[in-house]
Amino acid sequence: MPNASVDISSAAAPPERRPARRVRRLWAGARPVVLPLAVVVVLGLAWEAAVRFFAIPEFLLPAPSLIYSEIMAIRGPIVGHTLATLQTTMLGFGVSLAVSLPLAVAITASPAIANAVYPLLVVTQSVPKVALAPILVVVFGAGETSRVLVTFLVAFFPLVISIATGLLAVPPELVELGRSLKATRLQELFRIRLPYAVPFVFSGLKLSITFSVIGAVVGEFVAAERGLGYQILAATAFFRTPIAFGAVIILSAMGIILFQAVVLIERICFPWSAQEETSRR
Amino acid sequence: MIEVAGVAKTFEAQDGSAVPALADASLAIARDEFVAIVGPSGCGKSTLLRLVAGLMRPTRGAIRIDGEEVTEPRADIGIVFQAPTLLPWATVLSNVLFPLRILGGLDDAAEARAGALLALAGLAGFERKMPRELSGGMQQRAAICRALVHDPRILLMDEPFGALDALTREEMSLELLRIWTERPKTILFVTHSVPEAVLLADRVVVMSARPGRIADIVPVALPRPRSFDQESSAEFQACAQRIRGHIFRRRAA
Ligand SMILES: Nc1ncnc2c1ncn2[C@@H]1O[C@H](COP(=O)(O)OP(=O)(O)OP(=O)(O)O)[C@@H](O)[C@H]1O
Ligand SMILES: [Mg+2]
Repeated sequence: MPNASVDISSAAAPPERRPARRVRRLWAGARPVVLPLAVVVVLGLAWEAAVRFFAIPEFLLPAPSLIYSEIMAIRGPIVGHTLATLQTTMLGFGVSLAVSLPLAVAITASPAIANAVYPLLVVTQSVPKVALAPILVVVFGAGETSRVLVTFLVAFFPLVISIATGLLAVPPELVELGRSLKATRLQELFRIRLPYAVPFVFSGLKLSITFSVIGAVVGEFVAAERGLGYQILAATAFFRTPIAFGAVIILSAMGIILFQAVVLIERICFPWSAQEETSRR
Repeated sequence: MIEVAGVAKTFEAQDGSAVPALADASLAIARDEFVAIVGPSGCGKSTLLRLVAGLMRPTRGAIRIDGEEVTEPRADIGIVFQAPTLLPWATVLSNVLFPLRILGGLDDAAEARAGALLALAGLAGFERKMPRELSGGMQQRAAICRALVHDPRILLMDEPFGALDALTREEMSLELLRIWTERPKTILFVTHSVPEAVLLADRVVVMSARPGRIADIVPVALPRPRSFDQESSAEFQACAQRIRGHIFRRRAA
């Protein structure tokens, strides 16, 4: 009888099957990272092989190995460009969040504000930002202000919409609960509506951060003397295609890393929100 | 203490037509009285509770508490809604403490009280769990604790035991009676179970549907403390018969 508990546990998981299960669990955890990486490696190898086999000229399609060596040759300046783009991206993202949150609250607080603001929002979205950027440069000069503004214009719309959707998605019963406790409008906002909207806010942030990278590059196309967007323009002007390709790859990596950072922040700070989203899927 | 005087409530449907939910309801509830409400689905039970809670205004008539007309929600009322309505982002304990977070009065003593309430409801050890990790019946029990945490003078309960199994239901009924005896309060209790209504209440309000109105008010003369042994008593049977009579007469007509 003293070994009763041991017996039970070994009955549930026979010793010879335990390692297999551990391997399976490890694989389940690593799969989301390993699989895409494997795909990238295979594609890269295929690309390299194709370029060599068909002898494609490097200004049309440089081989990955060439892109790597060319980028590494100027890695000092490349790091500078990357940081410049990162700064514009984060500033634009920050401004988007700072504007979107109160804007969404205002829109959902009163139909009058919603009616007044919504058409304006849609207009800002239907204007192509690439067309707007040069005009902004005329007004604000070819500096960081213009670039951050372009980034903001690209990135804030999905955020406003997601947050507003979340604020309006609060079940009426929860609002009624607040009302029955004589909650003030501020308490209703901070204790019920905003917490409820957190998963929606994060859906918006994930869209917004990726859009911010795009916005920063658009800004750099028209108004910059540094940044990866500028680097792409400069490199293509001189047919240095490997550099342009390298900059594009760094940009995608930046987008992926920033996106994952948002996912991570959500998981750490709002675990219930992250769970909510996986269960909703 | 609670006075429902000629109250009617008519809703406006999406298409603009009028939906009479409650017609000419009058009812006087004494201080610390336990009143149960039974009636078919859609007869306006939840509507009546919402009106008393001050969550909506009557179309006609008035609700008065201690002679004062109810025009907005009051802090001395605790409500158990028909659905648990827990905050999905807060632990069970924070959910139970939510009324104090809004009304003020959140301290260690309150936390201890909330823990004791949860233990009473059979939820000891679930304080740090999220609502999604609880079954429907457990969520409803947590919602009952939430309604009790600020020790309100008036308790409005809308089918609080609806999501519970028969055994837990009987257990919770007796627990509710115990709490009510220890800390007397005025209780309005909506239920679909005739035996439950008779066992718990001093008086049972029987409602009929379309339009919702009060068909009868049945006084229950069973001695307290109540127990399920009384179910076989003549008084219990007589009350249950009288209530069922109203419901079935309506069906036959
Ligand atoms: N907010 C509302 N808008 C329009 N009609 C409503 C509203 N609330 C309730 N009603 C209508 O009023 C009537 C009574 O509803 P109520 O919720 O009070 O019924 P109930 O007795 O609680 O029913 P149940 O036992 O099913 O919970 C129903 O016909 C319902 O359609
Ligand atoms: Mg109801």
